Amino acid sequence: MRAFALLLQNAGVNLHEYQAKELLGRYRVPVAAGRAASSGEAAAAAAAELGGGRWAVKAQVHAGGRGKGGGVKLCDSPGAVREAAERLLGSQLVTPQTGPEGLPVEKVYVEQASSIARELYLSLLIDREDECVCFVGSAAGGMDIEEVARVAPEKIARVRVRPATGIMPYAGRRLSRIFGLEDAPAREMHVLAGALYRLFEECDASLIEINPLVVTGEGGLLALDAKIAVEDNALFRQPDLAGLRDPGQEDELERSAQEVGLSYVSLDGSIACMVNGAGLAMATMDLIKLQGGAPANFLDVGGAADSARVAAGFRLILSNPRVCAILVNIFGGIVRCDVIAEGILQAVREASVEVPVIARLEGTNAGQARSMLDESELTVTAASDLAAAARIAVEMAA
Amino acid sequence: MSILVDASTRAICQGLTGRQGRFHAEQCLEYGTQILAGVTPGRGGQECLGLPVFNTAEEAVQATGADTSLVFVPAPAAADAIMDAADAGIRLIICITEGVPVLDMVRIKAALKSFDCRLIGPNCPGVITPGQCKLGIMPGFIHEPGRIGIISRSGTLTYEVVHQTTASGLGQTSCVGIGGDPVRGLNFIDCLEMFERDPETEGIVMVGEIGGADEEKAADYISSEVSKPVVAYIAGVTAPPGKRMGHAGAIVAGGQGTAEAKYDALQAAGVAVTRSPAEIGASMARALA
Repeated sequence: MRAFALLLQNAGVNLHEYQAKELLGRYRVPVAAGRAASSGEAAAAAAAELGGGRWAVKAQVHAGGRGKGGGVKLCDSPGAVREAAERLLGSQLVTPQTGPEGLPVEKVYVEQASSIARELYLSLLIDREDECVCFVGSAAGGMDIEEVARVAPEKIARVRVRPATGIMPYAGRRLSRIFGLEDAPAREMHVLAGALYRLFEECDASLIEINPLVVTGEGGLLALDAKIAVEDNALFRQPDLAGLRDPGQEDELERSAQEVGLSYVSLDGSIACMVNGAGLAMATMDLIKLQGGAPANFLDVGGAADSARVAAGFRLILSNPRVCAILVNIFGGIVRCDVIAEGILQAVREASVEVPVIARLEGTNAGQARSMLDESELTVTAASDLAAAARIAVEMAA
Repeated sequence: MSILVDASTRAICQGLTGRQGRFHAEQCLEYGTQILAGVTPGRGGQECLGLPVFNTAEEAVQATGADTSLVFVPAPAAADAIMDAADAGIRLIICITEGVPVLDMVRIKAALKSFDCRLIGPNCPGVITPGQCKLGIMPGFIHEPGRIGIISRSGTLTYEVVHQTTASGLGQTSCVGIGGDPVRGLNFIDCLEMFERDPETEGIVMVGEIGGADEEKAADYISSEVSKPVVAYIAGVTAPPGKRMGHAGAIVAGGQGTAEAKYDALQAAGVAVTRSPAEIGASMARALA
């Protein structure tokens, strides 16, 4: 079961299906012929150019479950392709994996429909327990793998690639066994496994997921859907892939936080928090809940927060209309609390903050920082310890 | 006594001439830590903070007899710096650098198996033995020599725990920040083993967070191998699934790695878990009473 601990870890640059398939094609992984299109007309032209008699029109959004959400249409004529594309483009697609507001469809992918004999599941990810790259395979393809893992974990197998050797032929043989492939498809599987591993390594992927990998009516293998994520930390050496980021598919607040070097995650509650350090930020959220409140966000302004980062943090927090109180928790080590207090006061003054602000500053020059907050004309409450800070914030937000 | 580092530790600093390296190495020197040389490729022959700078870890080790390295190089150079140190005979590498690609770490972890060398981090605050040796970015003044060993995946949350154990008069033997990345050097179990053996450590605080299964493995280990009282706090009960919470490794994925599962495992192992991050020091004091 631990195999799936990283399956959803697509932190990094998520590629659209059309981008992922182009990349797969470059590594000679078999994909159906297809074209991305931004208009109904272009989609119909793509269908005509691709040829054949049947096409799939697929909404390009960063979420799975597109079929269930009505994001994949099978069409029998270029006219039907145009119609399907026009309905999808410009809409918000809601799938079981998006929020209720869905994700914007700005492109569709038009692909020749394939004959499908069997659907398999194949992914590559980092196995954090065994500290290696790992294939995850299941003959139960086309389904949500999390669901398969829950109801029938025995149908899922892992094939680890040892870092000392890189991929060896036995990996392909094991995958063929899992999938029940023999002869030509088994040989094809062997080549495919090598290609996917090379792609994973050379592109610093954090996830390649092919679901389904199909055995076609002709007995060949084909990547029918593909999801690739590239690791954030490796983008410095993947400039081309870094350029494929699609900001339109990301949460606006989280994206603008990232642009100023802050780490922000939206939550449903009413008490905003601003903390230095990710662990302490989570701990602060937990404490708010323990005191009967609900956190509005996770916000890490960095272990070495300064007044500029504090100001940026306030701007982010205040763009969420649900916020009824703001809890600032800074453990000043290298950074001095009096500097942070000055930053808080300045930010509260400039942003004309109307909700109560509770600040708990501990560490270097904490006493001086508390007096600065107490003496200010602004309504910033200085709390002496962590538990008190959370309690006051919850009371004030109520 | 202590674990990993003490007054006799002789260290070099890789990335000494960079902004971060220079700033923090200076703080470590002020704390009394023996940092004897720096390594910055291309700056061999220069001086920084009054210390000689070398192009390779090998030269720095030959000149100083150091056995420990504190690494501040930028993320793209971290893999190179770690292997440079290991190949120079360094026995303990403390990598503060944040943002090291996970595939680099996969290769490094495999390669380090053939060296007699421990790695801490990356993406960690480092290690401190209060009053003796500080090799990291933690504020030295909040620590107090004492009785508690601290192991944590976090930075400032570790300082919070240190602050609480200092305030309650317990103090610390050593504090190890093992880092927030999914593939990292020393883990909870390695540190638990060392603290269990250290005669001066009377109790152990473990600060975990969501993601992975290291806390569950630590729980198994504690139930059979650790006799000293352990207090544990897990950050991220309120973290939504599928979202990375700041640290690369802090994510609940596919229902795995939740704070609740970790709490359950630790509780079953007889660990005194606390759900309030404000009560960690008090829980330790109770466990020792």
